[in-house]
Amino acid sequence: MKHKTFFWFILPTATAMLLFIALPIMSVVTQSLFTPHEQVFKVVENCGPFGCTESTSIDAEATEALRAEAPLGRFAGLGIYLDRGHLAVTEVGDAWRNRDSIGDFLGSLANLPFYRAMGFTLTYTFTVTPLLIALGFVIAISVNSLHRHLKGLVIFFSLLPMIVTPLIGSLILFWMIDSRGVIGTGLQWLFSDPDLSLKASTGLTWVMLIVYGVWHAAPFAFVVFYAGLQTLPKDTLESAMIDGATRWQQTKYVVIPHLMPLVTFVALIQLMDNFRVFEPIVGFNAEAHATSLSWIIFNDLGGETRLLSSAATTSVLTIIGVSILLSPVLVRTWRDFSTKG
Amino acid sequence: MSVKAFKQPPALRTLSTAFVVIWLILAAFPFLWTLWGSFKVELDFFSKGDWTDSLTGVRTIAEHGSAFTDNGYEGAWIQEEFWRAVFNTAIVCFFVVTISLTFGTLGGYALSRSSYRYTFWLLITALIFRAMPPITLVSGYLLPFFEWNLWGILPTTIIVLVAINQPFTLWMLHSFFQKIPKELDESAKVDGCSQFQAFRHVIIPIMWPGVITTGLFSFLLAYNDFAVTSMLLSKENQTMVPKIASFLGTTQTEGNVMFAVAAVVSATAPLFVLVMFFQRQIVSGLTQGAVKG
Repeated sequence: MKHKTFFWFILPTATAMLLFIALPIMSVVTQSLFTPHEQVFKVVENCGPFGCTESTSIDAEATEALRAEAPLGRFAGLGIYLDRGHLAVTEVGDAWRNRDSIGDFLGSLANLPFYRAMGFTLTYTFTVTPLLIALGFVIAISVNSLHRHLKGLVIFFSLLPMIVTPLIGSLILFWMIDSRGVIGTGLQWLFSDPDLSLKASTGLTWVMLIVYGVWHAAPFAFVVFYAGLQTLPKDTLESAMIDGATRWQQTKYVVIPHLMPLVTFVALIQLMDNFRVFEPIVGFNAEAHATSLSWIIFNDLGGETRLLSSAATTSVLTIIGVSILLSPVLVRTWRDFSTKG
Repeated sequence: MSVKAFKQPPALRTLSTAFVVIWLILAAFPFLWTLWGSFKVELDFFSKGDWTDSLTGVRTIAEHGSAFTDNGYEGAWIQEEFWRAVFNTAIVCFFVVTISLTFGTLGGYALSRSSYRYTFWLLITALIFRAMPPITLVSGYLLPFFEWNLWGILPTTIIVLVAINQPFTLWMLHSFFQKIPKELDESAKVDGCSQFQAFRHVIIPIMWPGVITTGLFSFLLAYNDFAVTSMLLSKENQTMVPKIASFLGTTQTEGNVMFAVAAVVSATAPLFVLVMFFQRQIVSGLTQGAVKG
């Protein structure tokens, strides 16, 4: 295709991505270097019969003018990155110097919003991903051995947890695990503890979110693995059987190696997706016990005072995190492309 | 090859069937339970005393004389004006899907037919953009949108969702168009068509399977989005998902939870229908990237 024709074909999509993805990223980076203007104060002298008093008040007009003139705010350099709400360099340094033990140090880190969110985000990402792969694999193996008339029905129901809006899915589960809901009551009965509430403890909240995450994403792994099982090399399987391999050995030495590229694919995609965990925290109303990087951004942006600079800084840190997780995918794509010529 | 040799021993067969049944319950039960419960009053849906109340609807009978009540739906749709949110969602989804597919087919087709180096870099850039969490972009939108008075209206949200959708659409359609033999449009060009005419008369008539699959995923993205729609839409323009989230803020008074439950069921129903009719396309779309990569 000629360069000129290519240009016209690609123009609409390239413009859309440039204007609404590339530019916003730049805008976020810029915004993160600025901090809002402080109020402009003016000193007014009030003179009365008993002498003069000086009072300081906010000069609303001047503040407004300043904001209109430079909506980005004052240049702060990396100041916001290092403050208490983000990397909290000073606080971390203090905690490190005054630590009694590593546990104590980690404890003080957990009080800083950014590290708290990071802690949950990473725990969530690295527990949910392996669990969902394992669950998806077992479902795929089991469904594959079903009668073919049943398969369609099973796939239909299996897709639901994944297709349904994350916020709605988490709400549905949230109502069920409520201490008055069916699962909540069931658990109370099971552990004979009438005060058991999954929402009250940090540990249980984390477990709940992780269970939701696995429930939501396992269908994806299932569908991918199931498709992989359809292309299983029957000849290899048969020769393994003739050589006396047990069913378990067949699975271990034929099926799993055949699915391995798919496992890598699912793992890479899911690591990136789980890193942005956000809706379940809103749906489960879990922000008191678990926050994620995305949730911090959302929280800063919402409400009356929109903390644009703070949100932008967290966004940049999140983007850095995503890029680290993305790098293996990029390397793989690069290798694919190079081998293809 | 003997099929018999692949047959599972009965014990394993029972085990795997039992597992499938458990998984089906895990996957489907929450939805059925909530659907059933949405026709009850709150005290039945959250029944502290006896969980069977939520099945039989004891208090619903006491309050309304029948085991089913549509109070939740009436409250959500009429009193809280959920229909407005449904209408907004319909507008947003329709335009996002149409515009994404138009942009995406043109771009994806071009990427699949050009062999220059820059196509690779464009695809890599798209991949990087695909990985960006939408919420990180939102903080970049707010300030300019406020400055230019674009905040809060549907068209802004539509174009933002289209843009966020583009990387994925491009990848899907690019790999789909690559499977269509180049000879088709080459021969049209030999016959005197321009590149665009070849696209118009040769490619468009045969591209629908891939476009429908991609369209489904664009639809799901627009339908399921929470981060962008909740941040960029004003209260009266809200779509379903942020509307449901805003119900939650006011759930303390009795009855309001049932509004949210009814709204949740209403928002899930279209997805059910979608999966029912397009199961094959969704599955093929999900596996496309995997089998290739």
